[in-house]
Amino acid sequence: MRAMKAGTNLEKVLRSGAFAVTAEIGPPKGAVAAVVKRKADLLKGSCDAYNVTDNQTAIVRMSSLAGCVMLKEAGLDPVMQIVVRDRNRIAIQSDILGAVALGIGNFLCLSGDHQRFGNHPQAKGVFDIESIQLIQTFKNLRDEGRFISGDEISGEMPLFIGAAANPFADPVDFRVARLAKKVRAGADFIQTQAVYDVERFATWMKGVRQLGLHKEVYILAGLIPPKSIGMARYMRDYVPGIHVPDEIIERLENADDVKEEGQKITLELIEALEEIEGLSGIHIMAVGWEEAVPHIVAKAGLLPRPVV
Amino acid sequence: MITGKQKALSEVARMATPYKRVLVLGCGTCTTICFAGGQKEAAEMASSLRLLGQNEKRRQVFSEHTVRRQCEWEYLDEIAPLLKETDAIVSLSCGVGAQALAERFPEISILPGLDTCFMGLPQEPGVWIERCLACGDCIIDTTAGICPITRCAKGLLNGPCGGSVDGQCEISADIPCAWQLIHDRLASQGLLSRLDELPPVRDWSTSHSGGPRRIVRQDLKVKKAP
Repeated sequence: MRAMKAGTNLEKVLRSGAFAVTAEIGPPKGAVAAVVKRKADLLKGSCDAYNVTDNQTAIVRMSSLAGCVMLKEAGLDPVMQIVVRDRNRIAIQSDILGAVALGIGNFLCLSGDHQRFGNHPQAKGVFDIESIQLIQTFKNLRDEGRFISGDEISGEMPLFIGAAANPFADPVDFRVARLAKKVRAGADFIQTQAVYDVERFATWMKGVRQLGLHKEVYILAGLIPPKSIGMARYMRDYVPGIHVPDEIIERLENADDVKEEGQKITLELIEALEEIEGLSGIHIMAVGWEEAVPHIVAKAGLLPRPVV
Repeated sequence: MITGKQKALSEVARMATPYKRVLVLGCGTCTTICFAGGQKEAAEMASSLRLLGQNEKRRQVFSEHTVRRQCEWEYLDEIAPLLKETDAIVSLSCGVGAQALAERFPEISILPGLDTCFMGLPQEPGVWIERCLACGDCIIDTTAGICPITRCAKGLLNGPCGGSVDGQCEISADIPCAWQLIHDRLASQGLLSRLDELPPVRDWSTSHSGGPRRIVRQDLKVKKAP
């Protein structure tokens, strides 16, 4: 068994060997704490940990750190997402110190969607360090007790380090190799891009197993429950790196109740994913549709969540 | 080369409005070869400003001239006689040349006639593309001669991000994914294993992040008399 890194609920569930469930909580485009608290109450008990996005798609929202603290207060285990788009190494390391002081233990290292996609396309992109270097930064903070500069940190840094992976981007032959780099850099767990094409995902997982990476890192398959036909089409046509087969779109088009069909598709995906060797769990990104998460997890037979 | 793009004529005319005698000054090097600020463009701009000024009944005089390079002192001396009759210069060089003019002739107002864009090269007639950010620490020996700092929209150092699809960058179908290019070239050279390396965090102090830069070459400095 791998040594305990931060002792968060997510880490304990993964170490127990249970099939883990995480979900994404998008903070509001405003300062109303009640919005986060309402989502926390809605999702509490349905997952093992909850990611708070960091200005996702480069749209300004309440900070990930603030959202994580509110989840923590509500009794949920947060995963703080950090992108390298908006902050340099000084700000990022400072935020990590603050997050640890506030009791946050799970982190997800991301590049971040380019600012061109968001509501401030005129912004200056930072990209001082990049996502794999951010993983290394976390590992150094935790295992060496040192900042990027080499200076020593006072006190313990219990960190459970997450990273993203996209099995569906190009060049396809590099996708497993890139995961291997993230593992070597220090990732403890991986949350993947949304899976709609289980066959392609299974092929990627086969490559992962061939390198034995599934024994070094916990892999959670990403899921985006399709909420509407328009959203599914948008993902297919405009979101780089998400592969939505036409068959999914057709099923939604022919459905009497699109939302129900979207949940049904998600449940079928979960069932198929559970069969894949080496997969440690799922990560549900119900963008703007968080209320669907408890239903999906319940119907998938994944409740109650383990108490560890 | 340094590339540039002429500002809109209305914008140049607006900047020039307060001045009676305006010299449009072309540059014979970079902005000439990117067709933005050479002799021909200086003549065209002066002529257009003249027409616009007449239409709007402004009593302005526009003249034109082009020097070999606005970014070297020795080529600026030749315009000194022209400046007795000049209140402002519309510079059609890059920002380096325009600032050199301002420094050499502090009594004259310098107006930028073009926007300096980037260091790059012509891809095909009418299309220029960026190639170098002058970061001060070149690494293209490790990346098959392709600069990811400049050509990857996120300046990534560890291979293509999750937005790379069909060889295109996620931010635009017109931008090739730099890391797909690097991957393919390394593959063709049998050097794909280079992508397994984890490059260290960059030292940006050699870039503009370290403040305005200077190069000092002791061997070329003129020794002061004892």
